[in-house]
Amino acid sequence: MNSRQLAETENKSLVSGHRACAGCAFPVITRTILKSSKDPVVITNATGCQEVVSTIYPYTAWKSSFLHTAFENAGANISGIEACYQAWKRTGRIDQHINFVAFGGDGGTYDIGLQSLSGALERGHDFLYVCYDNEAYMNTGIQRSGATPFGADTTTSPAGKVRQGKSQKRKDLVKICAAHNIPYVAQASISNLMDLSRKAEKAFSIRGPKVLVVLSPCNPGWRTATDNMVELSQLAVDTCFWPLYEIEDGHKYTINLTPREKKPLTEWLKLQGRFKHLFKPGNEALLVEAQKQVDEQWEQLQAHAKMGV
Amino acid sequence: MSDTTKKAFTGADAASWAMKQINPDVVAAYPMTPQTAIVQNFARYVADGLVDTEYVTAESEHSVMSATIGAVAAGGRAMTATSSAGLALMAEMVGVASGLRLPMVMAVANRALSAPINIHGDHSDVYLVKDLGWIQVFSEDPQEVYENMIMAVRISEHPDIQLPVEVNQDGFITSHAVERVDVLEDATVQEFVGQKKLDKYLLDLEHPVTIGPLELQDYYFETQKQRNDAMFKAMEVIPQIEAEFSKITGKIYGWLEEYRMDDAEVAIVVMSSTAGTAKGVVDAMREQGKKVGLIKPRYIRPFPADALVASLKKVKRAAVMDRAISFGAEGGALFNELSSAMYQRDGQTHMQSILFGLGGRDITPADIEGIFQGLLDGDEQLIKYVGVRE
Repeated sequence: MNSRQLAETENKSLVSGHRACAGCAFPVITRTILKSSKDPVVITNATGCQEVVSTIYPYTAWKSSFLHTAFENAGANISGIEACYQAWKRTGRIDQHINFVAFGGDGGTYDIGLQSLSGALERGHDFLYVCYDNEAYMNTGIQRSGATPFGADTTTSPAGKVRQGKSQKRKDLVKICAAHNIPYVAQASISNLMDLSRKAEKAFSIRGPKVLVVLSPCNPGWRTATDNMVELSQLAVDTCFWPLYEIEDGHKYTINLTPREKKPLTEWLKLQGRFKHLFKPGNEALLVEAQKQVDEQWEQLQAHAKMGV
Repeated sequence: MSDTTKKAFTGADAASWAMKQINPDVVAAYPMTPQTAIVQNFARYVADGLVDTEYVTAESEHSVMSATIGAVAAGGRAMTATSSAGLALMAEMVGVASGLRLPMVMAVANRALSAPINIHGDHSDVYLVKDLGWIQVFSEDPQEVYENMIMAVRISEHPDIQLPVEVNQDGFITSHAVERVDVLEDATVQEFVGQKKLDKYLLDLEHPVTIGPLELQDYYFETQKQRNDAMFKAMEVIPQIEAEFSKITGKIYGWLEEYRMDDAEVAIVVMSSTAGTAKGVVDAMREQGKKVGLIKPRYIRPFPADALVASLKKVKRAAVMDRAISFGAEGGALFNELSSAMYQRDGQTHMQSILFGLGGRDITPADIEGIFQGLLDGDEQLIKYVGVRE
């Protein structure tokens, strides 16, 4: 699929009328991924912004079948749906191929939903899990999660007089998923929309569990402007904070894009109010630490990719 | 009446045999003592190709119920089983299943809740979830487990009900004790349960549906009232389905079973396996000329207040036995609900709350005889522990 085809593909999923904030990235992520499916889709969604803004009864923004039940169980909900499909397929009650897609934010994926996702990956259900990662519990009012970057100021890791935001590193969800030795795990960004679409197409072409982790800028949570989600995504890629890469069968690493010039992390941080305190005098060491974490992650990733299989 | 085959079955065997004959699309399961025997049996049926079921070996009870919900929302017929901590862990999703009006059947081998951890039978697990919108039916023995499981499918999927059903049996006491069970032919069960009638479901690609929306102040309350209305609709539907099943088995079911209540002066109200023990005591005391009787409620959700009070009004005094403590409440949960129903219907039956059998503590015929004798002697104690050391 090229960009023109992508634009012209009928939107069968999240349609206009939903109440996501202006400048929110997950509608773009959702539409791009679901437009990349040639087959019908059935969707399940962990509790979070995406579900809350799209299904306020009696309205729905979903044109394909959609199930939401709770926060921590998108992996288990999709398992049950897919199991029913498999039983029906085996007994001849259904023939059409369906792509089963579960969406969750970072809270519903890195944290409370990690167990149910792990179980679903291990059991080998045929589905795609998409984590739209906005790096905190945004729906409940910007609390830190396992995905929140080092140093970020959130309502439960506030920058105060003696503590300067989140003091821990992020969890590596891509590696955790890959450690299940599933066919396909990839990290993507809306700044590279055709890379995201290609990854979704690839995922849909593979039977078994697949995972896409996509950065989802959140202007209320990141304290950024409402017109720069693409720029923020691009800088995350260009600084190697959010490298574009994929892991096949648990061990085959491919870096999809190596920035011509790796920009300093501060280029990305300085656009976001949640990192403002890191630029205050006395916090220089924190900026150094944040850069070090990104450098180490990028070096490790390159080493893995160099090893090939 | 239909042909039957005699089996030597535990309660767990009876539940899993019914599941095999029902042949659901999906069973999701997790090991949890003492229910494990049910899902182990079922895994064997899957391994031997005796069912068409997709078996989801979930990684937790929360995921068991979430996967079962997913399967039913997809359009399938799905079943599961659990006990104790498993039921407690899935409690969030137990409420979601009924809130989304997803019919399903869950066998529960009732077991004590922690702490301290205890693997044996009591009703603290089911009491935890009794107000979450599931139809709750209790089984005295493996035979009743078997029959309740089959009827539960039809009750649950009835278009006017669309609520999940929990089929309870006492952990170990029933789930692991072998008794004779007369089982129906597979075809008889299949014909009785029939195909699930589908309305709105996820796999209907021509008619996409959003299930599980956000409802705020403007709609949530109506949805909850509808769930409660469905419970009361079940008051009408359950007797119809039982009557239909009676034609196959030749047995009478009902909201409760009365045992030697016709001229009884005092009665015990008790559910599940203890009712079996109490029947023996009633017989023995009747031999001595003592006018004692037994009321065994089969359902507590929906709560058959009219039927229970009508039965209780036959006696002057009654002891209501609860195999769980509602900590801080004035007596057991069933006692309280019955007392309230009695008061609302101007009943004069003197009621006593008996708390017994926690964590699998034996309840002996002598214990039950003691309760009856207390009633006959005019024991005024409101709440009484039976079988506990002071």
